Amino acid sequence: MCLAIPGKVIEIRDENGLKMGTVDISGTLTKACLEYVPEIAIGQYTIVHAGFALKIIDEEEAAESLKLWDELIKSGAFDTGHDLPPSSR
Amino acid sequence: MQLSCPAPILQHETVQMAHGAGGRLSQELTARIFMPHLQNAFLDQLDDQARFDAEPGQIAFSTDTYVVSPIFFPGGNIGELAINGTVNDLAVGGAVPRYLSAGFVLEEGLPLAELETIVRSMAESARKAGVMIVCGDTKVVQKGQCDKIFINTSGVGFIPDGINVSCRNLKPGDAVILSGTIGDHGMAVMTTREGLSFQSRIKSDTAALNGMIRDVLDVVPGVHAMRDPTRGGVAATLNELASSSSVGIELEESAIPVREEVRGAAELLGIDPLTVANEGKMLLIVPEADAEAVLAVMRANEHGREAVRIGKVVEEHPGMVVMRTPFGSRRIVEMPLGEQLPRIC
Amino acid sequence: MKFIDEYRDPERARALLDRIRRKAVHEWTIMEICGGQTHSIIRNGIDQLLPPTVRLVHGPGCPVCVTPLETIERALAIASKPGVILASFGDMLRVPGSSKDLFMARSEGADVRIVFSPLEALQIARDNPQKEVVFLAVGFETTAPANAMAVWQAAREGIGNFSELVSQVMVPPAMSAILSSPGNQVQGFLAAGHVCAIMGWEEYEPVAERFHVPIVPAGFEPVDLLAGILQVVEMLEEGRTGVVNAYGRVVSREGNPQARKIMNEVYEVADRPWRGIGVIPASGLVLCEAYARFDAEKRFDVGHIAPQESPLCRSGEVLQGHLKPSDCEAFGRECTPLTPLGATMVSSEGACAAYYKYHRNTTF
Repeated sequence: MCLAIPGKVIEIRDENGLKMGTVDISGTLTKACLEYVPEIAIGQYTIVHAGFALKIIDEEEAAESLKLWDELIKSGAFDTGHDLPPSSR
Repeated sequence: MQLSCPAPILQHETVQMAHGAGGRLSQELTARIFMPHLQNAFLDQLDDQARFDAEPGQIAFSTDTYVVSPIFFPGGNIGELAINGTVNDLAVGGAVPRYLSAGFVLEEGLPLAELETIVRSMAESARKAGVMIVCGDTKVVQKGQCDKIFINTSGVGFIPDGINVSCRNLKPGDAVILSGTIGDHGMAVMTTREGLSFQSRIKSDTAALNGMIRDVLDVVPGVHAMRDPTRGGVAATLNELASSSSVGIELEESAIPVREEVRGAAELLGIDPLTVANEGKMLLIVPEADAEAVLAVMRANEHGREAVRIGKVVEEHPGMVVMRTPFGSRRIVEMPLGEQLPRIC
Repeated sequence: MKFIDEYRDPERARALLDRIRRKAVHEWTIMEICGGQTHSIIRNGIDQLLPPTVRLVHGPGCPVCVTPLETIERALAIASKPGVILASFGDMLRVPGSSKDLFMARSEGADVRIVFSPLEALQIARDNPQKEVVFLAVGFETTAPANAMAVWQAAREGIGNFSELVSQVMVPPAMSAILSSPGNQVQGFLAAGHVCAIMGWEEYEPVAERFHVPIVPAGFEPVDLLAGILQVVEMLEEGRTGVVNAYGRVVSREGNPQARKIMNEVYEVADRPWRGIGVIPASGLVLCEAYARFDAEKRFDVGHIAPQESPLCRSGEVLQGHLKPSDCEAFGRECTPLTPLGATMVSSEGACAAYYKYHRNTTF
């Protein structure tokens, strides 16, 4: 329901008494309200929805879970060597 | 004592209703803004029509009207679009574009300096594309009746004998070639539009492609079809081609080049780059045997450096464009509905 | 793009799919609640890649789709009043009322504007003090804090010419309604990752316990969705219920308390009609007493407008997962994106529109 895109906070400022910031999404900069992530710092990634930062992305968690998947793939726990058989649907 | 009427102001800073009324101010506008930039042997005649000799082959004739907000955007302005767009519409038919007309609808109050910048860009673009603006017209409407400036350009070109490029020529087995990244123009305009809180480095790709097309046709005269994917983007153009030729088109999602910042903006706005307008890109449908030769010619041109093969024409699903995802699944690439809207969900 | 490309990696997706194929021994029906997830599933063809034992049904999680007809009609009535600027998100403007949408109202002279953020609507109000600016505030819990902030800030700055026509809905009551409906086939859920970014997952635990289902908050990229589906399948096969998070980089158990604080200050829970479904108790948010002066419904006296739906449209059954869009009689005939009968065909996130767009038939 809710399109929310990850980006990096590159600027923090005050606008009309609200904590606002600029978020860089692959070179496109968008304005975002940072009131709901008050502890966010420049350089951190957040996820933007309707002009609001929803959450600071937990980079450590992300890296760890990806590493876990990739180790499992490498260990052969998954069979990725063949193309997927055509689905019945 | 000497009585004198106040002299009318001739040196205006902005467009006035009288600039379109055909009197002295109209002449003034022509002399001050249009002629210094556009002057050529045809316009110098000051006749009501341009006359030129026909060349051998077929005559190609095209028209398009340009309305864009904002009129200045990163990478170009409405004037460049108006020239490049009509040049490209002629060129993708296999024609050598030659002569253009330019019709202006100006909104009262448009700064003359902005008009001059636009006219200068048109002159430069025409020079680069090797075409001449041979006739023109200007009307002024009251404030609020148009958005700053609308431009119509029509163009004439000549198709050499032996060239037959048409949207009805697609054959199963043909290769689908794209000249470079998609979505640049539409996203450049969308992210500069007032009111939306964006800023981006995205630049419009507006460019005349007739030079590159000439080079391609010189090497491979048997190109089946060419189109410039403007409004509605690659999705609309390929759907039109598929249905005109009653064939299917199959695309490889991972092969379609999209600039990182265009992707970012597209993700943020929830818009598919395939449906976003381009103003300096072309799609070519060529026999598979010629594909590599065409790619080599295109990559040697500044507007085709990133040319790639993005798919093929197939017998199955006539009239339909199908995308193969990187995951091995497939989806229909639908004809876009209309205006692309930013969405939150 | 960081935090996107990693989760679109074909190799990772293939590995997860292989795992799902091997784990899904029995037949399972899983609902992704969120329309954004539906969109991603259809766009990436994930439903074609799943084994025949795993059936996905699409949920009601599209705020545009479930916004009741009466809200659209009220918005149209407000927009047509002189001196009003009506603003909303782009996808809201194409949703049909009984006879027209907000774009058509604009072509008739109404001042209707697209905004990306509710704070842009507030800025329009600051810039146009002589006009009444009404923001059509639709959304699930993800958008509620943003929509609440616009009102909260308007109150703080004393911006009197701003108001909201609120159509806020919430996921857990809808989930309970689906699970307790007599024809229910749903055995497990992917919960909407961005709703959970705000709400956390605590409130899903009683739902999981009461209905004995697994609920898995998941993200929106193919790898995220497959990881979520795998988690649900594993829990179903092992007979486990409860909530397990599959979107750790964004969702935590407690969600975002700062966001909820403003949301709870400005809005309060109320019964809410869902388009195509009907009233679901305690499933919506309305402006609470202290902010009632920002309620556009009261300010413009449009509360009495209550129109009737097209009898052909079965979007209610689609939204509850009882019917696939392509099984509806009107699908692709009377009802297309150009002539939508119901909101599920209008919003690009609606299940009917997604089916129409990406695989309205499977002959390819």
